[in-house]
Amino acid sequence: MSFSGLTVQLLNGLADASALFLLAAGLSLIFGVTRIVNFAHGSLYMLGAYVAWSLTERLSSVAGFWISMLLAALAVGALGATIELVLLRRMYRAPDLSQLLATFALTLIARDAALYLWGPEDLLGPRAPGLSGSVVILGRLFPQYNLLLIAIGPVVLIALRTLLAQTRWGVLVRAATQDREMVGALGVNQSILFTTVFALGAFLAGLGGALQLPREPASAGIDIAAIGDAFVVVVVGGMGSMPGAFIAALLICEIKALCIALGDWTTPFGLTIAFPHFTLVAEFAVMAVVLVLRPWGLLGRQQETARASAASTAPFTPAGSLTKWGAAIALAAVALLPFLVGGDSYILVLSIDICVGILFAASLHFIMGPGGMHSFGHAAYFGLGAYASALALRRADIPMELALALSPLGGALGALAFGWFCVRLSGVYLSMLTLAFGQIVWSIVYQWDAITGGSNGLIGIWPSARLASKSAYFHLTLALSVAGALLLRRILFSPFGYALRATRDSPLRSGAIGIDVRRIQWAAFIIAGTVCGLAGGLFAFSKGSISPETISVGRSVDGLVMVLLGGVETLSGPIVGAASYIVLQDVISRHMQYWRAALGMFMLLLVMAFPGGIVGALRHRFTRT
Amino acid sequence: MNAAPLLRARHLEARYGAAQVLFGVDLDLHAGEVVALLGRNGAGKSTTMKAIMGLIEQRSGDISFCGRQISAARPHHIARLGLGYVPEDRRIFSDLTVLENLEVGRRPARLGADGRAMQAWTPERLFALFPNLAEARHRAAGRISGGEQQMLAVARTLMGNPIAILLDEPSEGVAPAIVDQMTDMILALKGAGAAILLAEQNLAFAALVAERAYVLERGEIRFEGAMRQLREDDALRRAYLEF
Repeated sequence: MSFSGLTVQLLNGLADASALFLLAAGLSLIFGVTRIVNFAHGSLYMLGAYVAWSLTERLSSVAGFWISMLLAALAVGALGATIELVLLRRMYRAPDLSQLLATFALTLIARDAALYLWGPEDLLGPRAPGLSGSVVILGRLFPQYNLLLIAIGPVVLIALRTLLAQTRWGVLVRAATQDREMVGALGVNQSILFTTVFALGAFLAGLGGALQLPREPASAGIDIAAIGDAFVVVVVGGMGSMPGAFIAALLICEIKALCIALGDWTTPFGLTIAFPHFTLVAEFAVMAVVLVLRPWGLLGRQQETARASAASTAPFTPAGSLTKWGAAIALAAVALLPFLVGGDSYILVLSIDICVGILFAASLHFIMGPGGMHSFGHAAYFGLGAYASALALRRADIPMELALALSPLGGALGALAFGWFCVRLSGVYLSMLTLAFGQIVWSIVYQWDAITGGSNGLIGIWPSARLASKSAYFHLTLALSVAGALLLRRILFSPFGYALRATRDSPLRSGAIGIDVRRIQWAAFIIAGTVCGLAGGLFAFSKGSISPETISVGRSVDGLVMVLLGGVETLSGPIVGAASYIVLQDVISRHMQYWRAALGMFMLLLVMAFPGGIVGALRHRFTRT
Repeated sequence: MNAAPLLRARHLEARYGAAQVLFGVDLDLHAGEVVALLGRNGAGKSTTMKAIMGLIEQRSGDISFCGRQISAARPHHIARLGLGYVPEDRRIFSDLTVLENLEVGRRPARLGADGRAMQAWTPERLFALFPNLAEARHRAAGRISGGEQQMLAVARTLMGNPIAILLDEPSEGVAPAIVDQMTDMILALKGAGAAILLAEQNLAFAALVAERAYVLERGEIRFEGAMRQLREDDALRRAYLEF
């Protein structure tokens, strides 16, 4: 690799870093003040690109182009303010996770809105007038537009720093980042502060999207990629730190640029390492390393414990005899399902999905609810279980039953490794690290064609002859799901379960009475990973094929939605949540073209009406005095 | 004391989740007076103040300030009416400089009882009252001493030009020399016409500045009367204040 090639790649990295910084700065600002992890930030970015495209179509003059960029950002900023005013304002007192669910619902709605308004094709934007050519750097061509981007990042950073340091608004924002309740007690109307912060954050996201338009087409898929990148940058830089976000964006983009510049490299032993393949995993690897060495990010500081008097979680109640009998009768009825609907019914297929979903959600709930560790990358264990079984069957010709038995092991090993790192963090940082590990697993599976089949995945993963019929496989799935869910439930009422809940309620006090907090949490991770791996194995054999989609962020989010929908504070929550989510998704997606938007709307309604989830709401309704 | 009280609370109750902390607290604060709210740790002094300030969601009872109902008002509305709050644990913004902390508390000057604008607090006037802060004005508030942080917490609230102040245990955990300064400061504020409700465990300190006292025990008022009476009543003190 030549020096000039490297230089150009590194300059490209600078341009990428600027774009990424715009996105991350807004997210960081919003999180710092409102404590909302805004999943919809990627959607705002996407909308910025689309709106800019439409505007440049109409305003095609030179000035029109730059006005379009600004107008697009302003429009997205206004949309952000509206979202805050109409939706999020009602939720600041709700549990953190229902806000997450609401912003995720917004991403679904935004995705379909973009499809409806702009269609499914990628929309290529115009070149920036006056900057459409290239300059020669060390004998190589370098796009002029990238030079502009390189300049924009530092300019925005300085502007933000000045705004935060020199204006009263900035002082109030920084104060609210530390202790928003106290800011209110000093006479500052937080609502206005929150709305303006959200608007500014959205404006930056929109600007980021608009400015990408001359480099990349606007498409409906860029939201998820953008939000993943932005999360990583914010966490690596340190939540709420603008310079931190800038440094993190630089670090990540330059490492990626370096990977591309290095190209394929053959080791002395003849093994070829394709560095460009590492770009997918690079940012998450950086994040994992940084979080382990500096748990609060490069320039972040340990978050002070939430000031608002945290609502205490009601303890779990063991099932009464009524519940037990009710559950047993319901289970018996479900077991008779194949005889009622016939062996080839679609209902059986759906029921298998539900059983797998319940097991998946119950294992996530185990670390989220009683453990208080919100995993955003639970699909990793699901995928490891699925791939463990599939690989055993396809590559090692191990019989199906044995291959299925390997799936919990796959999940457990993943949790053993990742859990060790994750339990060293807490709060949003822990969530982000789980997300990072999920993405790392996804990238490896996606890239490792020789073993995992890459993006095509593995096919021909069918159950053995005696489990081949739908009804037999349904009974197997039902039995294992019930066993798994009961096992998790049993563990929660054991001394280990009490210790786990103690670590959630107060890590400090738990440590003081002799509980090894990290060990307990690590063990919880492994238990959850084991059960989740089994869910993945059951999933693989029910579908006959698996692909990296099994490990995607989307699946992790599905798990979160199931748990939150049912209610994180109840033990039956994940079961009800998984069943209702899968049925809902199935019904809506079969009957509606814009099923994502419909699902999103439904989730918003649920979150607004029942912040405690379905089971939480039912319990509240029936136990009211 | 026949005029309507500036701050008036009746049947004040507050709870954290399932735990009720206040059981029908009644108290009055008149213009220009310093009243002590005494009680042991956990008696409900801080909770009383937070409930008045609207910082506790689950509260009930009638609270009025300057003749207005504030029982359901949000904290920033209450603060804007002229009720200042200095929390027990100071809650200064440690990442901000001393001057920036004061900026967060700044509110416009308000009209006094006579209808004329009162002299607004400025950082310079406050630095005259707390000389230590003047030297630290550009330092991050997290890097000044505990006593200075306590002064900053008071000064920050004064920047809102409050008519009455809820002052939660200013003597807790600070050096005796600072306590002396606090005494002077409270007397100076009183001289300037501010009403102060002072939560304290330290009877000796409270007795220097307050003329009236309430004694709180397990969320109920057990004594109400002149400070002098409390100081002379050994049995009362032993029952509710001493250990």
